[in-house]
Amino acid sequence: MGLYSLSAMLLAAVVAIAIMAVSETFAIFVPGLLQGAWLTLQIALLGCVLAVTMAVLAALARLYGPLPLRWLANTYVEVFRGTSALVQLFWLFFVLPHFGLTLEPFTVAVVGLGLNVGAYGAEVVRGAILGIVPGQWEATVALNMTRWQALRRVILPQAFVAMIPPWGNLFIELLKSTALVSLITLGDLAFRAQQMNQTTMKTIPIFTLVLLMYLVMSLAITICMRLLERRATRGLARGRSA
Amino acid sequence: MNTANDATEQPMVRFDGVTKSYGALTVLDDLRLDIGRGEKVAIIGPSGSGKTTVLRMLMTLERINDGVIWVDGEPMTHMEKGGRLVPADPRHLRRVRAKVGMVFQHFNLFPHMTALGNCIEAPITVLGLSRREAEERAAELLDLVGLADKKEHYPAQLSGGQQQRVAIARALAMRPKVMLFDEVTSALDPELCGEVLQVIRKLGSEHDLTMLMVTHQMGFAKEFADRVCFFYQGKICEQGNPQDMFAAPQNERTRQFLRAVMDSV
Repeated sequence: MGLYSLSAMLLAAVVAIAIMAVSETFAIFVPGLLQGAWLTLQIALLGCVLAVTMAVLAALARLYGPLPLRWLANTYVEVFRGTSALVQLFWLFFVLPHFGLTLEPFTVAVVGLGLNVGAYGAEVVRGAILGIVPGQWEATVALNMTRWQALRRVILPQAFVAMIPPWGNLFIELLKSTALVSLITLGDLAFRAQQMNQTTMKTIPIFTLVLLMYLVMSLAITICMRLLERRATRGLARGRSA
Repeated sequence: MNTANDATEQPMVRFDGVTKSYGALTVLDDLRLDIGRGEKVAIIGPSGSGKTTVLRMLMTLERINDGVIWVDGEPMTHMEKGGRLVPADPRHLRRVRAKVGMVFQHFNLFPHMTALGNCIEAPITVLGLSRREAEERAAELLDLVGLADKKEHYPAQLSGGQQQRVAIARALAMRPKVMLFDEVTSALDPELCGEVLQVIRKLGSEHDLTMLMVTHQMGFAKEFADRVCFFYQGKICEQGNPQDMFAAPQNERTRQFLRAVMDSV
C-alpha cells in the first residue's frame, strides 16, 4: 500500500478514536485505555531499540566473531527463537528472583520482548549482510580497507536498506506481543481493556477502541519504516528509474 | 628468465613459484613471473587458463597454496621472521597490499555513494586524509578520467563506461604503484570500451605506474603492452613483446588461440 493510503487509514483511525472520545458510551473508557496505550508504546519502543542492538551484535558475532562469541550468539538466537515469548517473560519475572535477581516488571517486559525479537532480527541482519554481492567486499580489499571499515562504511549501509521491510514486520510483531506483559502485572493496553471489561461488561466499545489503538500504533510503525526506506534508497532508486 | 627494465633494480612484482589450486584442480602451476617497474603487461589466454587468478592473487583476493608473491622488493604473502619466510599476518599484508590497486570487470562501485564519495572513502578511512585533501585528490582524478562534471552522480546514474572510469579514479586515489585491470571492458557495450581504454592509455603515458591487465582486446594489448603473456592451463605458454608475438607466435596453442580470437572479430 502506498504512503498516502496508509496515512489516510491512520487518519481515519485517529478520527474514529477522537469521535468515540466525545461520545457518551465510549468516553469513560478513553482516558484509561490511553494510559494503557502509552505504557504499551513505551515498552514497544524501548523493546525495538534493544532488539535492533541485540540483532546487530548477534549477527556480527555469528558471522565474524571468534569461536566462543559465535557459540554464545548461536545459543542466544536458538534459545530465544525456540521458546515462547510468554515463557521467557515468566522466566525472567518469576524464576530469576530465585537466583537473586529481581527485576521491575517494566524492565522484564522490555528486556524479554527485546531479546525475543532481537533473536529473530539477528537472522534478518545476517541474511542482509550475506546478501551483499562479493564484488563489494572485493572492492574494499582492493582499497585496503579493514574488515571492520568495510562493514561499517560499505556493507552495513547497503545491508541496512534490505533490512528495513523485515524489520517493519518484526516491530509490529513486537508491538502486538506487548499484550503478554499484562500477565506479569503491567497495566498495558490489553490489561486495561480486560479490567474494564470485567467490571463493566461493555465488551463492544472497549475492544473496538483497543483494536483501533493498536491499529494506530502499527500503522505509525509501517509509515515510519516506509519513510525510512524511501530515504535510504534515494541514491539507489533514482538511478534505477533513470 | 624474465625481463626487468633495469637489471640492478628489484622487479616491481615477482611471482616466485606460485601455485593455486581448488581441491584437485590446479589453476596455476608453479608460476614464475617478474614484472619490471613501470612495465605494462597484458595477460591473454582462453577462459579457465588462470589469467584472472593471477591478478586476484596479487590483490590478495585469493590465497595461494605455494610460493611467494613479492611486491616492490618485499614479500607480500609472507614476511621475514627469524631469517625465514612465514605466512604474512594481516598487518603486514595490508601494508604491502597498499601498493596494489585493482579495477574490476563489473566495476564494483559502492552504489550508496556518489562518484566523489566512492573516490574519497578509502583515502579518508584508510589513509587518514582530511576530507578536503581527499576531495582535492578525487577531483583531480575524476578530471583525469573526464568525469569532473559527474562528481555528485550515483553509480546507477552513470553509464557503464563512466562507472568504470570512476572505478579507475577510485583505485588511483590510493596512489598505488601497481594497477591491475581485470577484463575492465568485458562488461561494457562495445561503443563504451573506447572511453575506458583511452583513460588507460593516458595513464600509461603520463604515469610511471606498473600495469598488469587481463584483456580480450587484442588490438589494445598489441598497441599498449610492453609484454604479452599467453596463459594456457595454468601456465605461461608463451610471452614476449606484442609485435613479435602477434605476428609470429612460436607456440601451437598461442597460434590456435590467436586465430580463434581474430576470427571472432
